[in-house]
Amino acid sequence: MHSHPDLIAAFRDGLATGTLPPGAKALPAEIDRRFAVYRNNVTHGLIEALATRFPVVKALVGDDFFRATARLFIAQHKPTNPVLMLWGEDFPAFLRGFPPAAGLPYLADVARLEYARGIAYHAADPPPLTGEALARAATGADIACVALHPSVQLLRARHAFVTIWAAHQPGAAPGEINPLQEEIALVLRNRLLDVEIWRLTRAESLFIVGLGKTGHLLGAAGAARVADPRFDPTHLILRLSAAGALISRETTDV
Amino acid sequence: MPSPLPAAAGLGFKPEHFATIHQTRPALGFFEVHAENYMGDGGRPHAQLAALRADYALSLHGVGLSIGGADPLDRDHLARLRRLIDRYEPESFSEHLAWSSHGGDYLNDLLPLPYTDETLALVCAHIDEVQQVLGRRMLLENPSTYLEFSQSTWVETDFLREIARRTGCGLLLDVNNVFVACTNRREDPRAYLADFPLHLVGEIHLGGHDAEFLPSGPLLIDAHGSPVADPVWALFAEVIDRTGPLPVLIEWDNDVPDWPVLLSEARAAQSLIGQTMTGRSRHALAS
Repeated sequence: MHSHPDLIAAFRDGLATGTLPPGAKALPAEIDRRFAVYRNNVTHGLIEALATRFPVVKALVGDDFFRATARLFIAQHKPTNPVLMLWGEDFPAFLRGFPPAAGLPYLADVARLEYARGIAYHAADPPPLTGEALARAATGADIACVALHPSVQLLRARHAFVTIWAAHQPGAAPGEINPLQEEIALVLRNRLLDVEIWRLTRAESLFIVGLGKTGHLLGAAGAARVADPRFDPTHLILRLSAAGALISRETTDV
Repeated sequence: MPSPLPAAAGLGFKPEHFATIHQTRPALGFFEVHAENYMGDGGRPHAQLAALRADYALSLHGVGLSIGGADPLDRDHLARLRRLIDRYEPESFSEHLAWSSHGGDYLNDLLPLPYTDETLALVCAHIDEVQQVLGRRMLLENPSTYLEFSQSTWVETDFLREIARRTGCGLLLDVNNVFVACTNRREDPRAYLADFPLHLVGEIHLGGHDAEFLPSGPLLIDAHGSPVADPVWALFAEVIDRTGPLPVLIEWDNDVPDWPVLLSEARAAQSLIGQTMTGRSRHALAS
């Protein structure tokens, strides 16, 4: 007799509906409360996992709103494996289509930024490009040899998502924010393993896109001049290198 | 074969305590981490675990294999575990008599199963597979439970003993789980421990629980967010007196306190382990 799959499926479904699984045994007056311990553990555990991943989203909407929203998200988007650090990729899109959050049109963009921070935090550890290799690449002697560290992610938004995120960090100075200001964010992890968020200009973002595609510093600078004819990549390259965000293209092929 | 965990008190590692641990190198038997928190590719979690592992014995504790589930084990997850074990070579790997996944959903909790011939065969097949893929013996932990199943035809202690006999796995005795589950079943935890195959125990867990009140008495909840309760310390003292020194972990996963509080819980466990050692040598001298 194969009753275990049926029982487990009924238990799993009952966590959402409250219907007791077959054979659940306790005093009748207590059994719902006992089953509810499991129901609460599952819901609470997943809400907390999401809250850990999206702290600024939670701060923007408040505790109660966040929990109610997370509960609805969880009903539709359970994790598919136990590696919860990768769960929540669908949360920004869920927020974008969530009518009660329509009053905060930037919420989904802030969620994208927070998800990207988590990806950067857990990204792999390829060694940064050495100074000599960077010098060769910058002089064109060694073309197409540069790659971006796997933590590096470029995000664009029609809202001031970086400024809003920064305003919700400890010690942030209060100030006026125009949420409708478009912003471009570069998320990366530095050599101390801290995640950083930089605001980029359009030319800088084109440089990053070009570098990611071609691995060629001079070519990427040329692509950036489409947006800004006077663009000089030196400062950005030095900043990226200092952060350990440039690696060898060969490292990424391993 | 990995060397065993030291028979001493250890602590669950919490990243907020990393700097203190790294600077003060406290005398502890080992650290334990949840395997699933170290399944990212890199970054700070791995940097901290590598540094910790260089100084201490390591226990890898899985919470996501769903050994008591009805689905086949997740091969990708087993492969992730294997990579982690190859990288850090922990002294011990342990998992739970529980399930957490079904039909592609991961539920992030340790859920209960009935103890029947059918589930016995299933759990043993899963443990055989785990031990084969990981190339090592694992420890299986007794669960905290809040309700029972009328389908069960085995009592938990016999079920665990039979699993260990069939698979060769060892057992992780969570004394708090014994107190929680027995209290919730209105059974005597001392009777449970008298039936428990203590010779198979490779590690002991101690942790805190919460309590609610039902018409028939307390409903205890395994919460790992408070100090070990006095009745659990008392049960532990009796167990460790019978087993002799074993690796003993303090679990405190939620509302994690400041480092000195955790360390004092470990010291309290160590003191009871130490009394066992002196007690044994006294017995030896007397005989």
